[in-house]
Parts: sequence; C-alpha cells; structure tokens
Amino acid sequence: MTKDECKQVVLDIIAEIAPDEELSDVKPEVALREQLDLDSMDFLDIVMELRKKHGIEVPEGEYGNLVSLDSCAEYLTPKFNALV
Amino acid sequence: MELSRIVITGVGLTAPNGNSLSEFRANLLNGVAGISRTEIRYMGEVLAGICDFDPLRYQKKKEVRVGTRAGSISIYCAREAVLDSGIDFEAVSKDRVGIYIGTTEHGNVETENEIHNISQFDYDTKFWSHHHNPRTVANNPAGETSLNLKVTGPSYAIGAACAAGNLGLIHALQMLRLGEVDLAIAGGVSESIHTFGIFAGFKSQGALAEHEDPNKASRPFDVERNGIVVSEGGALYTLERLEDALARRAKIYGEITGYHVNSDATDYVLPNPERQTQCMRAALKKAEMAPNEIHIVNTHATATPLGDIQECTAIREVFADCPDTYVNNTKGFIGHAMGAAGALELAGNLPSFADKIVHPSINVDQLDPKCEMPNLVLSRSIEAKRVDAILNNSFGMLGINSALIVRRFSD
Repeated sequence: MTKDECKQVVLDIIAEIAPDEELSDVKPEVALREQLDLDSMDFLDIVMELRKKHGIEVPEGEYGNLVSLDSCAEYLTPKFNALV
Repeated sequence: MELSRIVITGVGLTAPNGNSLSEFRANLLNGVAGISRTEIRYMGEVLAGICDFDPLRYQKKKEVRVGTRAGSISIYCAREAVLDSGIDFEAVSKDRVGIYIGTTEHGNVETENEIHNISQFDYDTKFWSHHHNPRTVANNPAGETSLNLKVTGPSYAIGAACAAGNLGLIHALQMLRLGEVDLAIAGGVSESIHTFGIFAGFKSQGALAEHEDPNKASRPFDVERNGIVVSEGGALYTLERLEDALARRAKIYGEITGYHVNSDATDYVLPNPERQTQCMRAALKKAEMAPNEIHIVNTHATATPLGDIQECTAIREVFADCPDTYVNNTKGFIGHAMGAAGALELAGNLPSFADKIVHPSINVDQLDPKCEMPNLVLSRSIEAKRVDAILNNSFGMLGINSALIVRRFSD
C-alpha cells in the first residue's frame, strides 16, 4: 500500500463517520480537526473502523499519530504493509 | 395553595399513520391504520407500527448516526411542537426550558445491536462501541433533544412503562407549577420496534398479535383480539403557564386540569381494575369534575384478552350513567406505541374540542360482550353534542396507572 492509498482509506472512514463533511478539499498536512467537524468520539470511531475493517490496532498512546492525513499515512502505511 | 393553570400550546408527533397532528387526525377520522410487516433479527417477520418521518429535517447525518432512534423521534417531535407553538424560541431563556420525555424502556435496542456486532468478531469486547453508554443511558432521548435545541434547563426521561406518555405531561405540569421552568417540552416516545426482545417477550407471554391483514391485527375489544402490535412513535407538547400563553397570544389546545398516578401493587403484568377506578376518580377529583362532565374517555386497551376486560370494568364503574361520555381507543390504528402511547392517543383526540367529532375504535368486527360499554364509538366517527373534556388513560407493567384530564380552554 502506498501512502496515498492509505490516505484514501482514512478518508473513506471519515466519509462514513462524518457524512455531512465535504472531503474533496482536505489538506493532508493540516490537522483534521482544524478543517473538519470532528470530536474525540469521532477519532475513536476512526480507531474502531481501522480495527474492524482492516485489523489495524492503534494503541491509545499513539492516537496522536492520527492528527492529519499526512501523519496518518506516515504511521499507518507500515502497519498496512506489515499485514500482507 | 393557588395552583397555576397549565395549557398545551404546541403539538409535535410522529405515528405509524401520520407525521403531524393534522395527518394523524385525518387518518383517525377516515379509518386509516398504519401497521405493516417487517423483518426483525432472530424473530423473522413481525407486525409493527413504523414511522416514516424524515430525521434529517432537524438533524445532521452524523447526529442520526451517533444518536438513537428514540433520540431522533424526540428531536423531530420537539422541534415540530416548538414550531407549532409559535413561540419565538430564539428569544426563550434556554435555562428556563424543561424537557420531560416518557419512555417505556431505553437501551435495549443499542445493547442488542452491540451484542450482534461483537458476535461478528467472536464476541471480542474490544469491538464494543464507545457510543454504547451515551446511547443507552436512560436520559438519552431527552439529552439528545437538549443538545439539538440547545436547552440548558432540566432534561430527563421518565420511566413509567406504557403509562410514560401521560407521566411526561404530568411531570411537566408539576415542574411548571413549581416554577422550575417557564416552558416544558413533554410527552412520550418509543423506539421499541427496533429491539427483538420486546417482540419475543410478548410472544412468550402469549400477548403478541397475529393477523393475516396487518391493519386488522390490533383489535382492542374485539372478541378475536389476540395481543399487542408493537409500534414506534412519539408525541411531545409545549406546555406553559396560562398567563404566559395568554401574554404571547398563543393558540391553546386545551388545559390540563386533572391527573393522577397510582400503583396496583398486585401483579407484574396483570392490571387491577380497582386501582384503575381509583386512578380515574382521583384525577376527576383533582379536576373538580363529575364523571358526566367528561365527554371522551380514551382507553389504554392494548388488545390483550384480559387487559381490555379489566379496563372496561373500571370505566363502566366510573362512568355509569354518563349519557354524554363517549369512549374510544386509538391502538387499532397505530398499535401500541409503548412510551408514546398516552401522549399520541391524547393528540388524536385534542382536535375534538374544535370539531366535536369523536374518532372510532376500529377492527371491532364482533364486540366482546365483556368489553361492552355505553357510548363505545366503533368503526365510524360520531359527532358529539359537545366535547369539553377528555380523560386519557394509560397503564403499564408492574401496575402503574395514569389518568390525565384535558379541558377545552375557556377563561
């Protein structure tokens, strides 16, 4: 999986958990909470969907890695690639 | 002590046969029921009353996803009631608004959903949703409504089995009289059709209705009635002190002049007509009314073989020699909307103050002789000489009884 593919996986999850948000112009380097109406429960939803859909575990101490699309890709891409 | 007079100034509802008071009332007068077949987990096909209001009228998609069906029903009804009241809600002090929502039960839907969810993951509880607790706390429907309306006054649910719709209104009246709030949004809601447990429970109890025609399944007083049709729905009202309503020249649907709540203390599920009689008489006493001053008695009867007979026994006792008192029932149209039942059924009769028409009880092909009552309105609406007062019965499991009296408003 490439980092761009990983970003799309995260965006697909956000599209489900925040269906009112416009996601076509999300800036990958900017914090998700600064550009989208997401709260702490929504981030727990992202963690849950990564677990359910992709078998990816994000330990609580590492939630900070999910702050932006870029940081998500940096943190999650190796995890996805370790699955295969 | 001089008690404040409390009036109804707005109605918001969703029923299996209508998403507004006008639509609901028209269908009650025209004999249009709203029961259908639906698939439910573990049970297969069941009969249910399903509402088709649009939750997205007042909620974002995310709020619907995060919240509960009871929350969506409550928000829809509350918003509709506030709109109907004509009150300038932006200008209302939100800390002086109370939300009091009656529920039969809450939390079963989400708990069943989560157990099903983790069953897909070998019952590993790390897949249990973090939304579970805010969805299942008993105050959820009222809490979601407070979030949506930005109400900062007291908001909570009243757990009172199937008497809960009346109890929401009664509690609101008390809080207004105590001066705790200036505007109350109150009534009852139910999301019960989304839990298999309530269907399975009634079936095990031998109290789940079956009929080849869904709209004939709920048949209180009929000799072939065979149980309850479970429904979802809600009805919330805006209640105000009379002086406040008059000051803003509000439309007034009626005045709550009497009420009572008591308990059978005799059985978990079987009703007690003696206590029901006492409940109705106590409500009449608080209203300072004689039985013959009530022109419509809306029954709670759910179409269980024994329950209907018990209530009819109580009504015959209280309303003997009342030639101008008509008796009707709403569940033939909408099934049993549980926590919403009392509030919805009251709404169905409120327009009678204006048009004097009493909607019928339907699906009574052959009246059970044990359910015979003078002036029981069957099959077709009738026009009464006058409708000045309604007594609304709602009873529930564990023997909770409630009676609410609403009068046509006059100075």
